[in-house]
Amino acid sequence: MKFTSLLASAAIALGLATSAFAQDKTKVGFVYVGPVGDGGWTYEHDKGRQAVEQHFGDKVETVFVESVPEGPDAERVMTQMALEGADLIFTTSFGYMDPTINVAKKFPDVKFEHATGYKTADNVSVYSARFYEGRAVQGHIAGKMTESNIIGYIGSYPIPEVIRGINSAYVHAKKVNPDVEFKIVWAYTWFDPAKEADAATVLIEQGADVILQHTDSTAPQAAAQEAGNVITFGQASDMSEYAPMPRVSSIIDNWAPYYIARTQAVMDGSWSTTNTWDGIGPGMVEIGEISDAVPADVKEEALAMKDAIADGSYHPFTGPLKKQDGSDWLADGETADDGTLAGMNFYVEGLEGEIPQ
Amino acid sequence: MIVLEKRPQPSRAWSFATPLVAVLATMVFGGVLFAVLGKNPVEAIGTIFWEPLFGEFAFYYRPQLLVKGAPLVLIAIGLSLGFRAGIWNIGAEGQYIMGAIFGAAAGLAFYPLEAWYIFPVMVFAGALGGWVWAMIPAILKVRFGTNEILVSLMLVYVAEQILASVSLGLLKNPEGFGFPGSRNLQSYPSAYNSELITGSGMHWGVVAAFVAVIFAYVLLNRHLLGFHIRLTGEAPRAARFAGVNPARLILFCLGTSGVLAGLAGMFEVSGPSGVVSIDFNVGYGFTAIIVAFLGRLHPLGIMLAGFLMALTYIGGEIAQSQLGLPAAAIQVFQGMLLFFLLAFDLLTNYRIRAARSEVA
Amino acid sequence: MDLGEINPVLLVASLMVAATPLLLAAIGELVVEKAGVLNLGVEGMMIVGAISGFAISVESGSPWLGFIAAAIGGALLSLLFVLLTQIALANQVASGLALTLFGLGFSALMGQSYVGVKPPDMSEIHIPVISDIPVIGPILFQHDPILYVGIALTAAVWATLKYTRVGLVLRAVGENHDAAHALGYKVIKIRILAIMFGGACAGLGGAYISLIRVPQWTEGMTAGVGWIALALVVFASWKPWRALLGAYLFGGITVLQLNLQAAGVAIPVEYLAMSPYIITILVLVILSADKSSAPASLGRTFHASH
Repeated sequence: MKFTSLLASAAIALGLATSAFAQDKTKVGFVYVGPVGDGGWTYEHDKGRQAVEQHFGDKVETVFVESVPEGPDAERVMTQMALEGADLIFTTSFGYMDPTINVAKKFPDVKFEHATGYKTADNVSVYSARFYEGRAVQGHIAGKMTESNIIGYIGSYPIPEVIRGINSAYVHAKKVNPDVEFKIVWAYTWFDPAKEADAATVLIEQGADVILQHTDSTAPQAAAQEAGNVITFGQASDMSEYAPMPRVSSIIDNWAPYYIARTQAVMDGSWSTTNTWDGIGPGMVEIGEISDAVPADVKEEALAMKDAIADGSYHPFTGPLKKQDGSDWLADGETADDGTLAGMNFYVEGLEGEIPQ
Repeated sequence: MIVLEKRPQPSRAWSFATPLVAVLATMVFGGVLFAVLGKNPVEAIGTIFWEPLFGEFAFYYRPQLLVKGAPLVLIAIGLSLGFRAGIWNIGAEGQYIMGAIFGAAAGLAFYPLEAWYIFPVMVFAGALGGWVWAMIPAILKVRFGTNEILVSLMLVYVAEQILASVSLGLLKNPEGFGFPGSRNLQSYPSAYNSELITGSGMHWGVVAAFVAVIFAYVLLNRHLLGFHIRLTGEAPRAARFAGVNPARLILFCLGTSGVLAGLAGMFEVSGPSGVVSIDFNVGYGFTAIIVAFLGRLHPLGIMLAGFLMALTYIGGEIAQSQLGLPAAAIQVFQGMLLFFLLAFDLLTNYRIRAARSEVA
Repeated sequence: MDLGEINPVLLVASLMVAATPLLLAAIGELVVEKAGVLNLGVEGMMIVGAISGFAISVESGSPWLGFIAAAIGGALLSLLFVLLTQIALANQVASGLALTLFGLGFSALMGQSYVGVKPPDMSEIHIPVISDIPVIGPILFQHDPILYVGIALTAAVWATLKYTRVGLVLRAVGENHDAAHALGYKVIKIRILAIMFGGACAGLGGAYISLIRVPQWTEGMTAGVGWIALALVVFASWKPWRALLGAYLFGGITVLQLNLQAAGVAIPVEYLAMSPYIITILVLVILSADKSSAPASLGRTFHASH
């Protein structure tokens, strides 16, 4: 017997089994790229999973496997979850894209949700968060509060996600403070707290009094605290243990509403392929409390911007904007389309340095 | 007072029995660990060892053992030659990465041409990539006496940076909307290292692993070079009198392990993985060192050790999702298994006897 | 680009901080290897030290107690290695790697409830007059106490190995364990003590990361420092001061490359990121005229057959 047909028949057998127990629990699987104790990316996804359990109680069963390397290991873990009767599987890293598509082909009755990718199928949806909306708010606060006019930015790898954040923060800092300058350091790692600490220290030593980070550890917060008059923003989680100074606000990933909605859709049978890219409005991106270290008027402006982004009246990338090389990007009043944003690989005008390629 | 007495010959009986004893001991201690974590120990142990081999979905997991075990065995075989001769290649991970980059780059250079010769060219390029990366510590050692442990290890990190760089630049998929990572070789038929028999898990990398086991066995037991390798490891001075050229031996051992690690990377990137991405490497090069020693540097032992490691990985994942065991607990469990395998090996080479206390 | 933005004084001061975990772990491993034992479990002992120190200092509120706990934790884990390699006479390379695997898992289990917790501060020693001297002050007199412990340890290990009987015996055991045994030294006992010392140092190094350098607890947070420490011992040709030099060189290039990035130097980032490893290799090649080699019994199992 051919393997695929074997898999299919196993799936059918399971499908029959599930329909025989029509009242059975909905089984939701989560595949994580890091440990749930990473305090950042995976930690927040796992909070989403717990929210699903809490919301549905006995009606769902969630399973997860952590620290799954991208590639064949991910494919095996997804297959295993599908074989064991998962109805819905969330795969929470960009590198799971092709494995998710491969496994989804073999299990047409199981729904898959892939985070941060772009390949969809009849049973594969994609979802991602518009973190750059939060970056706009941060950029505004940073531009207002910097005294040295130097803002340090710690990036992981030069991928569109990170570049978008840099551009968004820069545009809004520049808008309120024309003299502002960004210093960007690429850590070239996803995870190395000690290196993040070094990067933050270096930026502070070179005059930065605001540190923005696109890495998940609190190392830059601690470095800023030690230095004194430096402000930072929490990333991925609230990092409120460093409030009110240096952490003056934060961007929080909140996957819970989406996970609950999609699980509900599977229960109702209303699940369909979607391409979700949500921001502050639907609550996928949250702005952590702006602390008292921020002057009241700045706080008010920041909150107003947050509300405007949330209700759709303001888009963080609104023209006139030029690219770094001086060519036109957005005309006056024009807003960026999602396609350009998704694959963003250029800096906006005014940023210095080159994007490593 | 208990003393150890070295056996004149390693005990054959114990050399077969110790792995079983070790697995049993791991089950007992691992069971205690799982019980402490609030899980049913019998169920947990059963899930790890039984499910992948004989469980309901074994038809899927058994082939996966080959997929997971093959790169480990392939790399470990290469390492074992050097380890036997006292040549320490700790950087197989880097050679694995370079093999994957060279192999994938060679294939993608032809894209979208379809031709029979593309895959062989990729195999050659993969082997070359691993070999080149291993030659750096080899030549530095031969020429300057530089320690190969440090150089090969440092080159792992350099290779990781090159991997990140090509994933973001040179090999980035032009149709990937700016996201990092190469084209998927799985959807490029001439470059795809597909399963030879659908559903068997057998791809060319698995074949290569078996061939490497046989090659190493013949080399070590039937060939003068194999004798020189063993002699150099056991009695370096005697080896010199026997006419062994240390420089050539270094170049051969590091080169071979580089080639095999490069091949493993190439078969992985063109088959089960498909893409060159920032996080392509998952530590096979380091795990293979453990596999080499667990297999007592013997080709057949390495093969068994490789599949045992693969079993704990796959069983561990099942236990995570079915029983909610944390990944860390599985890691601890694997560590225990290794400890016991290593510790009980004592019984193969030594006799434990009660003795009078005057013997120190 | 503006290289003037790089402040050399601050650069030196921060490279010393960056190098300290490496130095602590490397000095410990150096002693272990001098005794003829190769323990590749440094990364595992560091991460266990990192969580032991973190947990105890959070519970007790005292970073000092944390560091003591970290040293104990690292030493306790190294006892597993002792059991394997000195009692059960198992292969050292494999045992060390297994120790790392075990340590990573074990620390993650221990640390589950410490994610997102902030540890108590360990304040810098600030001696009024001398720490305000320009240039020398920030470099030499404005650090946390553990950094000085690292330097003191280097000096102590150097002096002990070079001038004391203990050092002589240790080296004898590492060079030729059979001869040392014949002379009546307790080879196994000495090695056990050396391994535990190595474990304690690695534990301190780990806690330096989790308590001072970062400070937080996350799984796998040592992120490979233990491996670099192992390489540094080789780099140092088993000499304590050269280990310090190596740690400062490696830490220095790491910090310098970040500085160059921030200053906007037009060297591609990926080359900067790989520079610490390449330069370490190059320096080793240049230093290769120094033919002092590894302890002769390194990695070999000792068994007193009579």
